[in-house]
Amino acid sequence: MSHAIQERPVSVAPRRDPLSHARLPRWTPAAIAAGSIAAGIGIGLGAGWHSKVQWGLIAALLFVLVTFAVTTKVEGRRQAKDRVATSLVWVCFVLAVIPLVSLAWVTISKGAQVLDLYFLTHSMNGVLDAEAGGGVYHALLGTIEQVGIATLIAAPIGLLTAVYLVEYAGGGRLAKAVTFFVDVMTGIPSIVAGLFILATWNLILGFGPSGFAGAMALAILMMPVVVRSTEEMLKLVPNELREASLALGIPKWRTILKVVLPTAIGGITTGVMLAVARITGETAPVLLLVFGTKLINPNPFEGAQSSLPLYVYEQYAVGTDAAVARAWAAALVLIAFVMILNMVARGIARWKAPKTGR
Amino acid sequence: MATISPDIQRSRRAKSATRPGDRIFSGLSKGSGITLLVIMAAIAVFLTYRAALAISEDSTNFFTTFEWNPANTPPVFGIAVLAFGTLVSSVIAMVIAVPVAIGIALFISHYAPRKLAKPLAYVVDLLAAVPSIIYGLWGAIFLVPYLDGLNKWLDQFMGWTYIFDKSQDGVARNLFTVGILLAIMILPIITNVTREVFLQVPKMHEEAALALGATRWEVIRMSVLPFGRSGIISASMLGLGRALGETMAVAVVLSPSFVISGHLLDPGGGTFAQNIAAKFNEANEFGRDALIASGLVLFAITLLVNGAARWIIGRRKEYSGAAA
Repeated sequence: MSHAIQERPVSVAPRRDPLSHARLPRWTPAAIAAGSIAAGIGIGLGAGWHSKVQWGLIAALLFVLVTFAVTTKVEGRRQAKDRVATSLVWVCFVLAVIPLVSLAWVTISKGAQVLDLYFLTHSMNGVLDAEAGGGVYHALLGTIEQVGIATLIAAPIGLLTAVYLVEYAGGGRLAKAVTFFVDVMTGIPSIVAGLFILATWNLILGFGPSGFAGAMALAILMMPVVVRSTEEMLKLVPNELREASLALGIPKWRTILKVVLPTAIGGITTGVMLAVARITGETAPVLLLVFGTKLINPNPFEGAQSSLPLYVYEQYAVGTDAAVARAWAAALVLIAFVMILNMVARGIARWKAPKTGR
Repeated sequence: MATISPDIQRSRRAKSATRPGDRIFSGLSKGSGITLLVIMAAIAVFLTYRAALAISEDSTNFFTTFEWNPANTPPVFGIAVLAFGTLVSSVIAMVIAVPVAIGIALFISHYAPRKLAKPLAYVVDLLAAVPSIIYGLWGAIFLVPYLDGLNKWLDQFMGWTYIFDKSQDGVARNLFTVGILLAIMILPIITNVTREVFLQVPKMHEEAALALGATRWEVIRMSVLPFGRSGIISASMLGLGRALGETMAVAVVLSPSFVISGHLLDPGGGTFAQNIAAKFNEANEFGRDALIASGLVLFAITLLVNGAARWIIGRRKEYSGAAA
């Protein structure tokens, strides 16, 4: 850092502050980037490689090396390391963005080719694998019913559990166990939840596949998510509100129902909607328990149903051009459904956020 | 409290106990908590019960057999191939995803311009919500042909490492591709948790380092990363849990076979979850029990991994990991 500048400070002083370093001009990174991209393209063309990825790799490598060399020369080793770290972090960011942009682009561009009102309002009844046409109505209906039932089961249990953890438990042993297992439950693979319902409902109790069986597995996946988010929201409710209500002689249960929950309702709604979005895309339990059908079956308690993610999987497995096109269109419907839920949920969270800091 | 006479105390306790609304409501909420515990216990018990039915009929060792034919007489099935495939694909995913996720988290928390950081965090949140079947579809139709080229390149230049030696021809529906796809899928969750931890590094630590003349990278190395270490570990393990249990994306991308091969680029192999999804439709009741047995192993593994992750998070009370 402090090279032997102090030995003769006077003569240098007019040109350079003795405490500052030589710095590269601000345009250096851009210049090196341009140079290395040009070199990458040049080398790529020269060697006759077709893969643009190799060109990019060469350019990136050149950029890092040249930056390191130049910075070491002018600014010193520490600055050089800093610049390399910065470019690596940027590379990570770009690396992550590429597949995600590609995923969104492919889904939208391929899905939009088939997606229209006909697709949304017709089932696959009588449609052959290889022919175009048919639609996703039966799957959409199934998804809405299954997710609805799952929410009806999971939301009350999840909500009440969170109320227990925050308002009643006070850090007891049962509460600790519940908290730990809720956390662990968040990580249960969806297929295991499906297998559990399969083992109990289908194999031991002897019921056939139905939308309700799938909904139960989805509910298992949904509960811990609801508990966690509701718990966080209830903890944000200021204690003064509870105390004020209790001081007025209002019973605890009415305090919770009329004061605590309404205060946190925005965040709770968000949490439930995010959980709904998560289970909407679950395929594995639906595959095991709902079974899939081409027909419209509005009754979730009797007989096989279909669902959007399952429809995508089935159409992909069929493999004909028409079927794969249908799979993309259904994927677009599914992703739009999930993303709209997500955005609305996050909008509610921002709109209804408690005004207490954060 | 000592000033309150025992009489009043007793009467107060009696009063609060007699309010029916309170009793019902607290009973309901406590009951819900217990219900959750019962569900967890039931999952373990019933899976074990059905698995035991299957394993007791298995004519070979369940853990070391390279075959899955529960319909044979006598039944022959084992999880060796599945355990290997699950392990290999998850390790590949972790090796790729963890450094990149740390990089993105650092980018959002320390490098990105303020205006960009918030929308970026939002986008990462949204990405965590993309259904796995869509990753699978994209992986199978778009990523696999694209990775064919990478496979050839790796085979040509890295073939001497044995693992990248492609001994059989075929499209890139192999464990390596599955690992890359899983890495993309678990990036958001690892990024989210790590970013949350990085944002909680005390400002004082960073400013102290800056005041000593540290560069940005030195600040990160000396104050951010040491503070966030346990967060990074637990975030990685949460990601690992996801990768281990991922079903549909693997089922769509992999062309499965019951062989163990050290050549990562050769098609074949399988994972627990993928095998269940692929074999389920053709399985009879006994075959389903056999699949449940393999699911039980998966359940136990993810339970261990997630429990460990939560335990590491729990040791640090500063952050909750609730975003997971």
